[in-house]
Amino acid sequence: MTHMFKRLLAATATVALVATGAAAEEPTKGGTLVVAVGSNIRTMNSAVQSGIATGFPGAQIFASPLRYDEDWTPQPYLAESWETSADGLHVTLHLVHNAKFHDGVPITSKDVAFSVKMIKENHPFKAMFAPVESVDTPDDYTAVLNLSQPHPALMLAMSGQLMSIIPEHIYGDGQDIKTHPRNIENVVGSGPFKLTEFKNGEYFVLEKFDDFFIDGRPYLDKIVARIITDPAARAIAYENGEVQMGSFETIPRIVNRLKKVDGLTVTDKGFGAIGPIDWLAINTAKGPLQDVKVRKAIAYAVDKQFILKALMLGTATDAHTGIHPDSPFYEPDVETYDLDLDKANALLDEAGFPMQGDKRFDLTIDYGWAEAKPQVEYVKAALKKVGIEVTVRASADFPTWAKRMGEGDFDLSWDAVYNWGDPVIGVHRTYLSSNIGKGVWSNTQNYSNARVDELLEMAGKETDPEKRKALYSEFQKIVADEVPIYFINALPYHLVYSNKVGNPPMGIWSTSSPMDMTYLKE
Amino acid sequence: MPAARVTLIRIFYALALLLAVLVLNFSLMHLAPGDVADTISQSMGGADAEVLERIRIDYGLDQPFLVQLGRYIGNVLHFDLGYSFFYNQSVTSLILERLPATLLLVISAQVLALVVGVVLGVVSARRPNGMLSHFVTFLALFGYSAPVFWTGILLLIAFSLKIPLFPVAGMQDITVTGGFFAHAWDILRHLVLPMITLASIFLALYSRLARATMMEVLGSDYVRTAKAKGLSQRDVVYKHALKNALSPVITLAGLQFSAVVSGAVLVETVFSWPGLGTLAFQSIIARDTPTILGILFFSALVVIVGNLLTDFALRLVDPRLGGRR
Repeated sequence: MTHMFKRLLAATATVALVATGAAAEEPTKGGTLVVAVGSNIRTMNSAVQSGIATGFPGAQIFASPLRYDEDWTPQPYLAESWETSADGLHVTLHLVHNAKFHDGVPITSKDVAFSVKMIKENHPFKAMFAPVESVDTPDDYTAVLNLSQPHPALMLAMSGQLMSIIPEHIYGDGQDIKTHPRNIENVVGSGPFKLTEFKNGEYFVLEKFDDFFIDGRPYLDKIVARIITDPAARAIAYENGEVQMGSFETIPRIVNRLKKVDGLTVTDKGFGAIGPIDWLAINTAKGPLQDVKVRKAIAYAVDKQFILKALMLGTATDAHTGIHPDSPFYEPDVETYDLDLDKANALLDEAGFPMQGDKRFDLTIDYGWAEAKPQVEYVKAALKKVGIEVTVRASADFPTWAKRMGEGDFDLSWDAVYNWGDPVIGVHRTYLSSNIGKGVWSNTQNYSNARVDELLEMAGKETDPEKRKALYSEFQKIVADEVPIYFINALPYHLVYSNKVGNPPMGIWSTSSPMDMTYLKE
Repeated sequence: MPAARVTLIRIFYALALLLAVLVLNFSLMHLAPGDVADTISQSMGGADAEVLERIRIDYGLDQPFLVQLGRYIGNVLHFDLGYSFFYNQSVTSLILERLPATLLLVISAQVLALVVGVVLGVVSARRPNGMLSHFVTFLALFGYSAPVFWTGILLLIAFSLKIPLFPVAGMQDITVTGGFFAHAWDILRHLVLPMITLASIFLALYSRLARATMMEVLGSDYVRTAKAKGLSQRDVVYKHALKNALSPVITLAGLQFSAVVSGAVLVETVFSWPGLGTLAFQSIIARDTPTILGILFFSALVVIVGNLLTDFALRLVDPRLGGRR
């Protein structure tokens, strides 16, 4: 009898769960979402500024041709459909017919052509649109991008973080678009939210755009973004409920603390396209580091598991290559270097650096931001065990470090480099021999391998996804084997949101994607 | 010396000081390796070499040092503090937007520290070895020696999280609606914690000094005479002794004004207080030279004005200073 009763109870509970589940599926309209933002914003115009600070407001204020779901599949957005010609040289976008800018002017293919021109001329990532030669506009709702060579990276480059459609009738007035006054005030956008107030250093307010081209969206009436630069203060604001959402939280101690708070969800999902990787950069042009055996020895001597467990406190994912583990192009099956001091010592002996006393040779290690200091100190201690005496060189600030890196004035350095969507945009720059010594986050390792150059060039224009994957796979294997970089972990970016928030942005661009589907539960 | 001439000489010194502040800091900023193009590229997640080169040309960073310095000083002489590379905004407007917040924080913290410091100092001077006196000493030294950001975070955890009395960050809640009083109340709630944090450093100085001078004054002849005259203890302390004990405290407060402004940098950063301190901190990190110099210029002005006000206040409590002119 009690057994029956229990089953009945369980059944009722299941029904109740299903019922609430169904209710949760139905988004509630209205409400104000308060979001925390960790840094000040140079400009709201994401056509001329990349990065996560502008990425969030940029993707709300401006619409892009495509958007991405969590499986890296492109979805229609401002373009209701698109096709690539058989030779891969023409990409045609068919725009929705009812899209308007925030001032009521219709969005046409002319604006797409203008945006492409502006981005090509002013955006920091030249590789994104480099092969785009011209844009034809046969009618108001059709734009054809003509390419000098097939360019599969274009697909990811057409998402919100990278390709905002901006109004020609505002920015086409001849003023320099990088410093255009309308980048920070009276911004006329094309996206789900319009900017109604912006006090830099304090907050900005995004309000629902009533004439947005997707019917019934956005769900939220308002997004209030509060600029709170101190991570500890931000954490307290999540905890006491003043702020309901925030992204790019990365300090392991804080992330773990927030995970324990009732009513908050903390997830590392949704950062694949941003693709930040922490790594140990090795200057392959410097002294003993020219020898691949020495570089392998360093990798064997540095215990990655220690960094993941003791320093990152389990918040970060292991990364084997320079492509983010979430990316479809990630190749996990490469040479790995589990801690092995005997192997490290043997390799160093073989390379001709015998132990003299308790030392083989000296190296320096650099770092550019305070968060990387523990890692750098650990590397120093780890390499001492195999007779490499490492001196830590602190930099007063980021530019000091950036200059050293850009000029190749380092032996080892901690670094974090971002994928920014397609490998062509954020990955190639680190390995192409033609990009050696071109400033910070270029090929600072002085790495040069003809086969790698060739593979990247082929992968850049290979339109068949499987073939492309194979090319990137071979590339990752070669790099892992030659160790110009010892890859450590994906930077532990986390999205924090209150359980009152429905549909938080969990695609591949985190909050740098349109939040028209996000809502507040009642 | 006639008062007008004294004033003129003072103004001349102040201007020379301002110019020195600008030239010295411009040179120091220039000596550091790297520049704002690097931090712009950092905020963009990296940039191609040619983009960096264009940023440098656009902002005149490719010019020789003396040309850059000359251009800058020339602009300042025309009352133009230049254009912020990082914020894409004129420096003057950037600073004027932030100045009120800083003034509010700095002045209220200074007043709080002075009033509370003097009261605590006087109270403990009356019984220098009492429990209360020891407690004040302990509290003052604690506030003085604890790092500001630590005090700030501690107060946040206590009074925003555990006992949610005050908001965590910023100066106002944008979702608050209502009239002037609703907004004033909102700003006041946001002000409490940063004000206490900033005041905590200076409380120690003022209370210790007030205590010492008060003890000295209480032992002087005229106080004994006043007591002998049969005046009540309260009248002796608050009417006769206090005025004389205040002078050194106010002088110190004037000297400390610059320290309050620099203390504001840390406090503002912890509490995301939208003032000059946060702006200064972020501009230094961003190597945004025009903004940093503009802020230094304004804080020099604030300190100079603060010192003039101190002079004025001293004359109020001590008529001898005014009479000697």
